Amino acid sequence: MIRPDAPVLLEICDLRASVEEQPILKGVNLTIRAGEIHAVMGRNGSGKSTLSKVLAGHPAYRVTAGSVHYRGEDLLALLPEQRARIGLFLGFQYPVEIPGVSNLEFLRVATNARRQEQGLEELDTFAFEDLVRERLKVVQMDPAFLERSVNEGFSGGEKKRNEILQMALLDPLVAILDETDSGLDIDALRIVAGGVNQLASAANATLLITHYQRLLDVITPDYVHVMAAGQILRTGGKELALELEESGYDWVDAELERLEASAPEGLAAAQASRTPAEVG
Amino acid sequence: MTSAATVGDLVSQPYKYGFVTDIETEKIAKGLSEDVVRLISAKKEEPAFLLDFRLRAYRQWLQMEEPDWAAIGHPSIDYQNIIYYAAPKQQVKKASLDEVDPKLLETFEKLGIPLSEQKRLSNVAVDAVFDSVSIATTYKEKLAEHGVIFCSISEAVKDHAELIERYLGSVVPSNDNYFSALNSAVFSDGSFVFIPRGVTCPMDLSTYFRINSGDTGQFERTLIVAEEGASVSYLEGCTAPMFDTNQLHAAVVELIVLEDASIKYSTVQNWYAGDEKGVGGIYNFVTKRGHCRGDRSHISWTQVETGSAITWKYPSCVLQGADSVGEFYSVALTNNRQQADTGSKMIHVGPRTRSTIVSKGISAGHSSNSYRGLVQMGPKAVGARNYSQCDSMLIGDQAAANTYPYIRSQQPDASIEHEASTCRISADQLFYLQSRGIGFEEAVSMMVSGFCRDVFNQLPLEFAAEADKLLALKLEGSVG
Ligand SMILES: Nc1ncnc2c1ncn2[C@@H]1O[C@H](COP(=O)(O)OP(=O)(O)OP(=O)(O)O)[C@@H](O)[C@H]1O
Ligand SMILES: [Mg+2]
Repeated sequence: MIRPDAPVLLEICDLRASVEEQPILKGVNLTIRAGEIHAVMGRNGSGKSTLSKVLAGHPAYRVTAGSVHYRGEDLLALLPEQRARIGLFLGFQYPVEIPGVSNLEFLRVATNARRQEQGLEELDTFAFEDLVRERLKVVQMDPAFLERSVNEGFSGGEKKRNEILQMALLDPLVAILDETDSGLDIDALRIVAGGVNQLASAANATLLITHYQRLLDVITPDYVHVMAAGQILRTGGKELALELEESGYDWVDAELERLEASAPEGLAAAQASRTPAEVG
Repeated sequence: MTSAATVGDLVSQPYKYGFVTDIETEKIAKGLSEDVVRLISAKKEEPAFLLDFRLRAYRQWLQMEEPDWAAIGHPSIDYQNIIYYAAPKQQVKKASLDEVDPKLLETFEKLGIPLSEQKRLSNVAVDAVFDSVSIATTYKEKLAEHGVIFCSISEAVKDHAELIERYLGSVVPSNDNYFSALNSAVFSDGSFVFIPRGVTCPMDLSTYFRINSGDTGQFERTLIVAEEGASVSYLEGCTAPMFDTNQLHAAVVELIVLEDASIKYSTVQNWYAGDEKGVGGIYNFVTKRGHCRGDRSHISWTQVETGSAITWKYPSCVLQGADSVGEFYSVALTNNRQQADTGSKMIHVGPRTRSTIVSKGISAGHSSNSYRGLVQMGPKAVGARNYSQCDSMLIGDQAAANTYPYIRSQQPDASIEHEASTCRISADQLFYLQSRGIGFEEAVSMMVSGFCRDVFNQLPLEFAAEADKLLALKLEGSVG
């Protein structure tokens, strides 16, 4: 839902970031207001996950220029855990397994860290069990998953559901969901998308990274952005996704070439950072 | 710290117990000779059998060579540059705590081991050993009511000579290895525990070892005997000041359990480990062995090894009695330049004997951590069973972990099962936890305690919480 007067939750300006001295993000601009749902699409390797991890504060990525403000606050100055506590959530494309750490305990510690920031009381084991059982319904997950180690031995789809369960518990203001739909069967996709819709409100915002229209059929985006070579190349409404579904990304190369021609100093850098697959 | 900084920038927590107590000590001159052995024995006013025991050990030691099979390296130890006896200058062991030098009581209080009547722990009896001597033992009278003897080994030599003569060296013969020979020749103090037939020790017993002097070797000797049907839980803790020289610590611990008896022996070892460049720290060469003599007897070793520059330690069980049980649960953590070569030996002699080995090695920094274990099934060990599980966790990419399981079986009807795994705490796992609002340190500690849970579950409750904190502290700044 677009409301021009809604408060800005996330403001990304000319964000540039490198990994191992290799520039990946090359000037990302994006503004997200409360109540909005954004979709980011783009070819493999275009920098979508990198953007999400830079926002969440992954230590492997170095921000080289630009700024990110979260409700007016300098997000990049905060530790990853602080970002999470104030309401930024990243649903991972590839959630890692953490053997030996109980999922239930993990969820409880995480939830309490967020609640403390929100000024809510800490939940003891019993109160938390009640809450988690209620939130499990959002993703229709079997409580048995709580007894296991975090993501250990979970199937691809189960891991994604566990991500949405965390989102449901952490009550984020800005949720970035990186390909939460991939690896889900048809029913699971409906359940997960239903969960995301259920959690979306006028106060929060969602950034969906996805390759497929089928997700956007269920969660209607207010904006669709196309990412290429570390930039947002084009922004449109939900029809842009349909257009992409129809005609693919061929136009992207022409567009990039045009950009490079108009900004020759960016050319070398842009070329060098593109993988052979992208170039070819 | 900004988000761009790595977790490696977190400052390492300094070693909390690194202080030195300024107290007058009586030391003998550096070096080792037959005269020194005689001098130690004379200072302790020992009976002839013990002097003979020491001299025999000393002569055996002269014939032996330092073992070199462990995966550790260190500059050669100059045995003539060590002081073999140091004691605070309070001459005789005091009858009451009020007479103990307040500086010593203060030291132990600072270490979290209050000894005075008003403050002492309510459920644990403590023997406090400072350098070469035991300075106080709490709850002696209460234990005596149950027939339990808990005192320093020096006192036991005087008051219970017949028990010492019968049991000392009966599990670890002096010539068992180089360090046991050295210890047998010059051992200073340690604890003696005797639980008579049928008695369940009414409280946990604990010895706290404190090294204070910089140039002194520590050679403790502990002997625990549980008669038929008796049982006891014993805890051992240790710390040392920070010196930039290495100190030698070569202890021997012997456990004897008769029919239906059990001993649970837990250690939290936190000797000074040296600094991040590997300067200083304790060389810890320890021989620990238990003998399940009687049928259905039970020995359980639990150790949390976090300190020392070098750890060379293989708590073992000789399972002689039929249906006897041996257990070894270990967490060994190494960081910076620490080296640990540790594990267990389970020697199955009797029929249907059972043993379990659970070893968790955590290596961080540039450290090296090896599990070395032996499971042996003798010809009479019909139906004996062993289960071993050795897991390694690597933190960072400079640390090393190795597993050396040795298996010898002369009994076809015995089963041996061995499982091993290696994992690494990855930056992505930590980031995952952090991205859910969990602070870095808590994230590391969640992962490490998850990894160690099977072992921590074996520790007495108050120790388990302690161990958890200790590991988190030791790992601060190690994941980059
Ligand atoms: N940690 C890293 N080390 C090296 N290269 C990296 C790293 N992270 C990302 N990259 C590179 O950055 C580029 C962008 O990767 P990213 O994961 O952001 O792509 P993506 O748009 O999410 O792709 P996909 O649609 O396949 O998920 C790729 O070329 C990738 O190889
Ligand atoms: Mg991706």
